Amino acid sequence: MSDTLTNDHAALAGQRRQAAAEARRLKTLNTIFELRAFIALGVLIIVFSLLSDSFLTVDNLITMTKHVAINAVLALGMLLVILKGGIDLSVGSIVGLSGVIAGELLQGVHLSLFGVIAYPPVWAVVILCVAAGAVVGTVNGILVTRLNVAPFIATLGMLYVARGAALLISGGTTYPDLAGDPSTHNTGFDWIGGGRPLGLPVAIWIMIILAVLIAVLLRSTAFGRWLYATGGNERATQLSGVPVQRVKTIVYMVSGACAAMSGLIIASELTSAAPQAGDSFELNAIAAVVIGGAALSGGRGTVRGTLVGAFVIGFLADGLVILGVSTFWQIVIKGTVIVVAVILDQSQQRFQRRGAAASAVAVAAAAEPEPAAAARSDR
Amino acid sequence: MTAPPAPVLRAVDVTKVYGGTQALKGVSLDILPGRVTVLFGENGAGKSTLMKILSAVESPTTGQVQLDGQVVEFGSARDAADRGISIIHQELSLCPNLSIQDNLFLGRERTHRGLFVDRRAQRSAAAQVLGRLDDALNPDLPVSELRLGQQQLVEIARALLQNARILIMDEPTSALSAPEVEVLFQVIHELKAHGVAIVYISHHLEEALDIADDVAVLRDGSMVATARAADVDLAWVVRKMVGREQDDLFPVRDPKLGPVALETVELSVADPANPDRLAVDGVSLTVRAGETVGVYGLMGSGRTELMECLAGRLPAASGEVRLHGEPVTGSVRQRIRAGLALVPEDRQRDGLVQTMSVGQNLSLAAVTRFVRRLIVDRGGERQAVQSMISDVTVKTAGPDAPIGSLSGGNQQKVVIGKALMTGPRVLLLDEPSRGVDVAAKADVFELMARQAERGLAVLFTTSEAEEALHIPDRLLVLVRGRLVADLRAGEITRDRLMSLADGADTSEETSHV
Repeated sequence: MSDTLTNDHAALAGQRRQAAAEARRLKTLNTIFELRAFIALGVLIIVFSLLSDSFLTVDNLITMTKHVAINAVLALGMLLVILKGGIDLSVGSIVGLSGVIAGELLQGVHLSLFGVIAYPPVWAVVILCVAAGAVVGTVNGILVTRLNVAPFIATLGMLYVARGAALLISGGTTYPDLAGDPSTHNTGFDWIGGGRPLGLPVAIWIMIILAVLIAVLLRSTAFGRWLYATGGNERATQLSGVPVQRVKTIVYMVSGACAAMSGLIIASELTSAAPQAGDSFELNAIAAVVIGGAALSGGRGTVRGTLVGAFVIGFLADGLVILGVSTFWQIVIKGTVIVVAVILDQSQQRFQRRGAAASAVAVAAAAEPEPAAAARSDR
Repeated sequence: MTAPPAPVLRAVDVTKVYGGTQALKGVSLDILPGRVTVLFGENGAGKSTLMKILSAVESPTTGQVQLDGQVVEFGSARDAADRGISIIHQELSLCPNLSIQDNLFLGRERTHRGLFVDRRAQRSAAAQVLGRLDDALNPDLPVSELRLGQQQLVEIARALLQNARILIMDEPTSALSAPEVEVLFQVIHELKAHGVAIVYISHHLEEALDIADDVAVLRDGSMVATARAADVDLAWVVRKMVGREQDDLFPVRDPKLGPVALETVELSVADPANPDRLAVDGVSLTVRAGETVGVYGLMGSGRTELMECLAGRLPAASGEVRLHGEPVTGSVRQRIRAGLALVPEDRQRDGLVQTMSVGQNLSLAAVTRFVRRLIVDRGGERQAVQSMISDVTVKTAGPDAPIGSLSGGNQQKVVIGKALMTGPRVLLLDEPSRGVDVAAKADVFELMARQAERGLAVLFTTSEAEEALHIPDRLLVLVRGRLVADLRAGEITRDRLMSLADGADTSEETSHV
């Protein structure tokens, strides 16, 4: 009797060791998977710098990062929407709309009531454009929360409406010169795209500041907690007394504002605003968020991952241009990278579940009496 | 008595582990042809898991399933169905937009040359099989026009069309009216006569014992007893199901009652699934501070709707809810602020966020309490979470452990802890013992008693007679949305309670029979 018991206990101890070892192995694998976007970015940088001398230079890195910033600003807004379990297809059109509004305002606003032309200063232009983006986002949010339109449909509708509005305001033509005129005291718009405080382009600063703000919002505020919870289980979150509808509306609003900011950067860099600007940018933003490990079902994703995702997409595109790879191949490669990223993400989820199960078994086994002690007391 | 026939389906030493929970611990069961095997067990005893394994919806972690003496590993539920094992779930799996006929042959359409659906052949086969069950059903009727009982017959017809030799029924009568139950039982008798083996699960113990030939009792994932139905009675079944002295399971209390904390006046709530019907119909109740009040009601009695209305999730159709004498209205959020917290019935759907940790789930409803200048004070939050974990005795590796790593009982304690972290003065719990093992059940009841001791008003619902009789200081019986009894502890026997809930349940329908 006591022999079989001891054997049982030995077997149990063996099982426990096995479970613990399995849990450790899965944890290591999990860490590697979690860092996969970083690893991908590192591989990209190494490969491109081996293939091209001009890739790994400070100037080129700054230029590429500036390109990345435009997508990253969009992607950070998109991250919030995706964390909620939604999607925002309208951001590309908001980019165009924002630039057009900036163009219109900088050219001067005809106030027919007073018979004068008003030239708002640049800071007011920036605020008005960002506010316009936030308004479009808020409409998205109201469609989704109050009128129960599916996010995909609501923002698809706004994709057309905002683009149409941009074309209507501009009459379909590009605003050629946004540098402003000293005589009307509205110069300085080109600083957003061309200025370099502390040696870094303004666009990069905007990306950094926005990333820090959103990271703090997600990690350290009640709103961030509510957002993750809403994406994880909306019903349970609502039953916990969280103002879910407000959270959802706010993320669309922020996403719209981010898109407008991105539109300003583009218009300023080119010192011209085209109504077609930002076409299909929403897809790049979604791709960055997904490569960064966020779940489209909501509740999972980080600022860090999204930034890395934006860098992967941006560096890949620019690197391929430097290498002279055909544009058509670039598109194919980008698509492949997105799909591979999601496949890797799926396997990480599997590992994580198995890891959780293994460590649960280990915890359960540890909760049982020590085999040696139990065996003694049996005798 | 002839020798019993060889079992057609056997589970041999079956174990099933979900995450950290062992749902089945070495269970064996023989199912004989031409007999009804009734499986008894409390919520969370493992009945549904065993049924899922027998019907190949899930595969066992260890152990085997034998069909006609051969070890089988079903690739899928479809595979099992092809070999004659069909399961009829509590939630029916029909497409309401399709006709009876289309549902019967869904995925197994009879065709001309493998291309065009042979409607004529389907129709005659459907008419034939429906004729065995209920002549009145026209195979071309859309399923959405059928009553629930008729839909269940369609499910059975589908199983028969697949030549089911083993029919597994999970709570088939819970949503049926009395005459529909009669029809179902006649069908079961007829199927038995044709040699079909039937496995039957029900919470209506008497009813199930009536139709049983063989009885098996699961408790806490183990098979604790099997017997011939003729050799046992209801008391035996209950004893085996509960499996321990009741004094152990239920805390003894000497309540110190304060003023009335929660009160409803003629409260009515419309059925969210059917707005013409009142799920809760003119309920007036009071709960005092320091008191635990139980609401006993079966499925469909309106207990969940009552709780959700009190918590602010469902609007009241008429009547009033008062908290400490003041009428309360408004959202869930406002009511939580006013000191009213709900532990919902379905913790996976309404209670927990699976993507978050134990600690984040606990503090979800109260996170604003820790905010200092917009930023969550994580040190303070962690401290509060830690103390709540030990307070409600959650067994976990720590606040950062994923919520999915906890067993059902511990997850339930997290949901209760989340409600307590909002600092409520009235605690509502909808079926707090659902899907929780026996040990954790005792913990949950102890926890409720402790909160009442602290001066909270505790209102909970239950569909288990044992809990209703032993836990609350006062028991309300809810039948079809109406309160039919308001009783002090010890004022009622089990039989009386059953007949109150059951008898009134069928009184409307008996006139038709």
